[in-house]
Amino acid sequence: MPEIQANLLELQNVVVTYGVINALQNVSLNVSKGSIVTLLGGNGAGKTTTLRAISALVPVKSGQVLYQGEEITNLKAHQIVSRGLAHVPEGRMVFSNLTVLENLQMGAYLRKDKKKIKSQLEFVFTTFPRLQERAKQIAGTLSGGEQQMLAIGRALMSEPQFLMLDEPSLGIAPLLVKTIFEKIVEINREQKITILLVEQNANLALEISDYGYVLETGRIILQDRSYSLRNNPDIRKAYLGG
Amino acid sequence: MIEFLQQIINGVGLGAIYALIALGYTMVYGVLRFINFAHSDVFMVGAFSGYLFSRFFQIESIFGGVMVMILSMGLCALLGMTIERLAYRPLRNSSKLNVLITAIGVSLFLEYSFQIKLTKPLLFPALFPVKSFLLPGGIILSSTQILVIGMTLFLIVLLQYIVLYTKIGTAMRAVSFNPTAASLVGINNDVVISFTFGLGSALAAAGGILYALNYPSIEPLMGVLPGLKAFVAAVVGGIGNIPGAALGGLLLGVIETFVNGSPYSTYTDAIAFILLIFILIFRPAGLLGKVTVEKV
Ligand SMILES: Nc1ncnc2c1ncn2[C@@H]1O[C@H](COP(=O)(O)OP(=O)(O)O)[C@@H](O)[C@H]1O
Ligand SMILES: [Mg+2]
Repeated sequence: MPEIQANLLELQNVVVTYGVINALQNVSLNVSKGSIVTLLGGNGAGKTTTLRAISALVPVKSGQVLYQGEEITNLKAHQIVSRGLAHVPEGRMVFSNLTVLENLQMGAYLRKDKKKIKSQLEFVFTTFPRLQERAKQIAGTLSGGEQQMLAIGRALMSEPQFLMLDEPSLGIAPLLVKTIFEKIVEINREQKITILLVEQNANLALEISDYGYVLETGRIILQDRSYSLRNNPDIRKAYLGG
Repeated sequence: MIEFLQQIINGVGLGAIYALIALGYTMVYGVLRFINFAHSDVFMVGAFSGYLFSRFFQIESIFGGVMVMILSMGLCALLGMTIERLAYRPLRNSSKLNVLITAIGVSLFLEYSFQIKLTKPLLFPALFPVKSFLLPGGIILSSTQILVIGMTLFLIVLLQYIVLYTKIGTAMRAVSFNPTAASLVGINNDVVISFTFGLGSALAAAGGILYALNYPSIEPLMGVLPGLKAFVAAVVGGIGNIPGAALGGLLLGVIETFVNGSPYSTYTDAIAFILLIFILIFRPAGLLGKVTVEKV
């Protein structure tokens, strides 16, 4: 368990609406530097919306998003990336019409240093050797699990300090899910990348994370250290299958 | 047989111009999913800028001709980017219908602004040296035809190179596939869209000049019919598909030329639309619409 450190990311009373639907109602959460924080909740709870609000894919109606103590609430999505945040979106969203290598190159779109891009590419290939084998392949022909690896690899290419992952286990063979979660821990430990992980698979998420938040209909209803959440009878009943 | 070959050459020459215009329609459709109806008027402005710039260079010379083309392409690239910035970008989150109506508005604006000053067609100067070559068998190949075909080929290869092998070109394909994912890797969609308009408009300007060299008179409504046909060519090839637009253009040019040389020549201008109907019935995605993944 890491020491409680300075918050890398902070949400203060964030409100997001889609027309008349209140998707997020005064959501506040903190992600301390170096940690893995997980955001749990059922379908439609607002998990994806939280990540989209951080990445400026949806407008924040009120409240603030702070990154390294600076407000990033009103930036454009592409500017958020340049601050060091990366987002692996729900449904992966790899560029199916580009090759695996081109996808990774696009991940480094804002990077200028050719040498660093190359070494980062090598790092991604060592993390996910499968991607190296398929570098020339069109991304749309990859399996779901491989596309997830590619989406994570693409996010890593921007050399982020902070990585958001939206349901990386969704629709992926159980064996690959295990691999991907191991890689997430590895990325956190070895690359010192702070992680905000959205999951429906609460068991796995609480196993690898330090701290967790539970969202229900757009509100944070519970937050605690992950091991406490795992032993919380309400959580066990609602999310961990009893 | 000789007659047939001659018609093929003439058809390819005409089709090359359709192809140049069709590329702009298809590229803009690729990134914004809408038909930029003002594109045919950028083609017209291209021809007029060629007329304008020809006064500053020696005509009937290769150097002068190339300079006039480059300057006109640059000017029209700026025009296309300005149109996008002023007319389309504010409507980025509006319905497609609003954007379409705006495009028609921009088109009429350009046409009528030019009509204020220009009441009579202008004679377009011969920018390049003009010569005719008599090939064995009596086929006539004019230097203008060589120029049109050669220039189009060069521009299409250049465009494919940009789209397939440069960073901005890859970004174009990324934005075309998923603008949200593109912004999540740090691509500024506005920059890419602007670049796409610039590129498409430059090609339209080249098309306008090459067209004007063949039919040496230019007027403000000259873009309407070729523009409409090029749009058909883009749909025939598979809208959003770059090689498709080139293929559709060439195909249409050749078919039109053959119809024009046949007893049914009165239907020449209608053939594009007959082709469109057939494609929409039998292959709605266009000739290359599904086979290739290289969408922009
Ligand atoms: N684009 C949208 N338009 C309208 N409502 C949306 C949109 N996206 C999500 N919502 C609604 O917002 C709420 C939160 O959705 P979401 O953040 O996707 O939940 P989760 O990721 O936790 O499943 C849901 O009620 C959902 O129906
Ligand atoms: Mg979700």
